[in-house]
Amino acid sequence: MQSWLTVWSHADHILLGFANTLLLFLLASFLAFVTACCLVYLLEGYQNLPRRGLRALLDLLRMSPFLIYVYLLYYGLPEAGIRFDAWTAGIVALVSYHACYFAEILRAARAMLPQGQAESAQAHGYTPFGMYRRILLPQMILRSGPLFGNQLICCLKDTAFLSIVTVFELTAAANDVQSIYFIPMPAFITAIALYWIVSLGIETCLRLLGRLAKTRGLSYE
Amino acid sequence: MNDNMPVIDVRGLRKSFANVEVLKGIDFQVQRGKTVSVLGSSGSGKSTMLRCINWLEQPDSGSIHITGERIGIRADGKTPMSGRELAHMRARTAMVFQSFNLWPHLTVLENVIEAPVHVQRVARDEAIERARSLLHKVGMSHKIDAYPWTLSGGQKQRVAIARALAMSPEVILFDEPTSALDPELVGEVQSVMRTLAEDGFTMVIVTHEMDFARAISHEVVFIDQGLVVERAEPEKFFTAPDTDRVRQFLGRYR
Repeated sequence: MQSWLTVWSHADHILLGFANTLLLFLLASFLAFVTACCLVYLLEGYQNLPRRGLRALLDLLRMSPFLIYVYLLYYGLPEAGIRFDAWTAGIVALVSYHACYFAEILRAARAMLPQGQAESAQAHGYTPFGMYRRILLPQMILRSGPLFGNQLICCLKDTAFLSIVTVFELTAAANDVQSIYFIPMPAFITAIALYWIVSLGIETCLRLLGRLAKTRGLSYE
Repeated sequence: MNDNMPVIDVRGLRKSFANVEVLKGIDFQVQRGKTVSVLGSSGSGKSTMLRCINWLEQPDSGSIHITGERIGIRADGKTPMSGRELAHMRARTAMVFQSFNLWPHLTVLENVIEAPVHVQRVARDEAIERARSLLHKVGMSHKIDAYPWTLSGGQKQRVAIARALAMSPEVILFDEPTSALDPELVGEVQSVMRTLAEDGFTMVIVTHEMDFARAISHEVVFIDQGLVVERAEPEKFFTAPDTDRVRQFLGRYR
């Protein structure tokens, strides 16, 4: 019991870490999503050399372990003369890494769209970008709800890796508390509970998306 | 604009898919206010020709002019149009598809105002007002806020027709508009199309419905193996065709 009270006495420290985690997560997932929407637009059309190159790049990033990628950005790039502070490196890593995954989800949804959807948009005089933005992308998003949920939770949990490159967030805060008093269980369980609360929030948002999809006949339930 | 200028003027249209020549030099004109039906057996190239007119398929050679302006190729005669230029040209025509292709994430009303508002930049209120009257015209006023998946095939196609009309196109291209419908739903779509023909819309209809083509058309064009074999007024086409190929074709449908 005493150990829980110790954690409680450091509530402000842990909450500050939690606030940073939330900020990292919201910023990174939003930017990653927007980046992915743009990337998939760039992949529209014939698979010419630049598009193949882009896809190869996305695949490469998806296949590299996130932690190593973060290390590369934070410790590796200074060798090439590019120096990020820990926060910038962390955000850049989260956004670029998860953008690749979001792009893969959207690309699959694009491939599943009936050809007629694009044709009727073209026949009604849409420019390629207008068609993507107004006709294709909304359907791709509505059809991808459950996969987004998965990816957002992964993105949330990947913020924890950033503690290793000295970003102060929830895992780092919990680790501070446990290492001073040697109370790993209460400190880390508190952290897990806070991550869990965010996950519940994510699920609630996606249930709303699912409802939008269902009223439009676009869900697979 | 010159009244004698055809709305659609297709010359020497050729198109191959993987070494199979589907169109072998099609000439095809449609005058303003006319309804032209395009008949032919499956694989004759009639749908491909229609899809070339709004550049959903890119012809290998030949030219297509919509109200006097060439589609797909710039004025220099060889550079392909950009996506934006093509979009601009395509807005002169509208197309009604066999499989409807309504946009499922939008309601019936939103489907109809979507292109006018976002392509033609019509004010939203104005577009809504016009959409309501068009949906009334096709008998879909009661489903204005429904999503497409809740509609029957005939209802979907009537909404698709309203969506096409909302663009105020020079010509509407119908690609087998009733082929995907249950027999009992064909009538409601055909009667809407008949009203449009009476109102003087310019229409090109690719169809397999002989009686309908005969009743609605000013002219019937018969395509066989990628060439226009015969063009005639419907009465002559169906009672006294010039070619054996058409007699044979009609015989199969009787």
